Amino acid sequence: MKIVVCAKQVPDTTEVKLDPKTNTLIRDGVPSIINPDDKAGIEAALQLKEKVGGTVTVVSMGPPQADAALREALAMGCDEAILVTDRAFGGADTWATSSTIAAALKKLDYDVIITGRQAIDGDTAQVGPQIAEHLGIPQVSYAEEIVEAEEGKLVVKRQFEDRYHIIEVKTPCLITALAELATPRYMTVHGIFDAYREKEVKVWTLEELKDTVDMANIGLKGSPTNVKQSFTKQAKGKGLYYKDLSPEDAVETIVAKLEERHII
Amino acid sequence: MDFTLSKEHLLFRQMVREFVENEIKPVMQEMDETEEFPREIWEKLGPAGLLGIQYPKKYGGQGGDYLAYVIAIEEISKYCASITSGIAAHSSLATWPIYQFGTEEQKMRFLPELLSGRAWGAMGLTEPGAGSDAAMQQTKAYLDGDHYVVNGRKCFITNAGEAKYYTTVVMTDKTKGNKGMSILVIPADAPGFTIGKHEKKMGIRASATADLIFDNCIVPKENLIGREGDGFKMIMQTLDVGRLGVGAIGLGIAEGAIEETLKYVSQRKQFGKTIGSFQNTQFELADMKTRADSAQLIIYRAACTKDAGLPFGMYACMGKYYGATVGSDITRRCVQLFGGYGYMREYHVERMMRDAKIVEIYEGTSEVQKMVIAGHMKVGK
Repeated sequence: MKIVVCAKQVPDTTEVKLDPKTNTLIRDGVPSIINPDDKAGIEAALQLKEKVGGTVTVVSMGPPQADAALREALAMGCDEAILVTDRAFGGADTWATSSTIAAALKKLDYDVIITGRQAIDGDTAQVGPQIAEHLGIPQVSYAEEIVEAEEGKLVVKRQFEDRYHIIEVKTPCLITALAELATPRYMTVHGIFDAYREKEVKVWTLEELKDTVDMANIGLKGSPTNVKQSFTKQAKGKGLYYKDLSPEDAVETIVAKLEERHII
Repeated sequence: MDFTLSKEHLLFRQMVREFVENEIKPVMQEMDETEEFPREIWEKLGPAGLLGIQYPKKYGGQGGDYLAYVIAIEEISKYCASITSGIAAHSSLATWPIYQFGTEEQKMRFLPELLSGRAWGAMGLTEPGAGSDAAMQQTKAYLDGDHYVVNGRKCFITNAGEAKYYTTVVMTDKTKGNKGMSILVIPADAPGFTIGKHEKKMGIRASATADLIFDNCIVPKENLIGREGDGFKMIMQTLDVGRLGVGAIGLGIAEGAIEETLKYVSQRKQFGKTIGSFQNTQFELADMKTRADSAQLIIYRAACTKDAGLPFGMYACMGKYYGATVGSDITRRCVQLFGGYGYMREYHVERMMRDAKIVEIYEGTSEVQKMVIAGHMKVGK
């Protein structure tokens, strides 16, 4: 089974702090990581490979430094890594991103494509499903478990708001992974050394994708949406603090306050 | 001269940190309390590759280097020196003599198990009457047909009772002194081999320490490493290699204590401000950080020198000596900054101070390191 995983390098948002004066994110010195849902996708791909055989190729679109995320994926056990990078791809929204990644995927042979559900720096959850649409293949989003895998089909447990769907899907297909899909393994020590000393990260620029890419749909110019303004929500009032109340009095006080404001 | 870590070493450090965060941090305090050898963690060290970092893949190792090995020991020691004491005994003392002096057949027989962590190793050198004076070995072995018969007792042996293979120093010819020593790999199930009672220690309480007792113990002669009589030479070289890791234990403990203290001094308030805002605290921590970084540079240089295939013995001694020194010195000063809280077991620095002391003692006391360094310097010669 040929498995391709799409992974994004993102700033570790758990390490991002707010500048108390300007209320903006301090990104300096924030480590970059593989997006957690994507990392679960890598793990799921490796488990799938261990179960049914095959290869795992990891693809990332991003600036040259995304090389580090791909080396990490190689160190976890992925067979091949491809970095899709070109200044022409920069400034992309989800549409231009998915168009570019789909153009890269068209050059690969695949049975299953796994993407993370969403990235922690954007939270759109759009790129995975859009890739499937560009490629014209079926998709299962919000995958929590790959229940069965065999030649030609997968059975996937899909998380829904109030229920699960068990979906049988023909390959080639795309699934978007929730973090729950798989707990990422540790990189192995030899994997780390091999990732830098023996394996390579292939670099695909616009030149490599020229037969498959649609120039109107890439980069900033190919992005129908753009972020007009980004700001941190203002903190609301200070809140009220009642001290030394018995549980009964506390309940009564809180309920009275909520009623006063017509919240209940 | 380049003082930056390569990308692979940085990624490796990240991997070790993830392992420590998930597997060791949650239980480190409890391990100290219960004094139990953490088998569940050890069972994960092998599959993660952490028991064969610096050995070739051919024998089941990871194809890394000594710099990576000391980084791993340093990172894990920030939180748990019990585990790294065991790793050092396993990876350097037990395994290296087999790798360096063993025949191809012996390497293929022992190393894949040891380096993958399917078996753990220990080394039997110290005896009740042979500590710093390692040449005073009393454990004897004689060849009887196709096996050796071993009699004697080793003490303070790390990983005792947990290891499957014991790389043990024995006297095969007492009349020849240093030149009568040999090394045997003794399996845990060898007839006549028993483990003494578990020692209760001041620190590194979750490492297993006990006596090895050999009573007409039968060891196949195929388990002799190198030649009879070369034991002392082999063991001295083994200790040189072992020191690379042991220095990193002291360093790691010191760095862990500084990390804990930095958190504490920015929260703890006295006289209306955080104690971190007092100049004494700042000077103390600045001094500690400078010393810890100095130790790190010495230890990394020793490891890189070894990786480059150059003579590293003196550097390893300096790293072991200074790593041990900063470990004890810095943990004691961190406890002082914590005040009364630092004396309580609830705070990690209390454990760290106890753990750090052993680094000045095991695998050659600080005094022995100074003897060896002075020897390299040819002081008085």
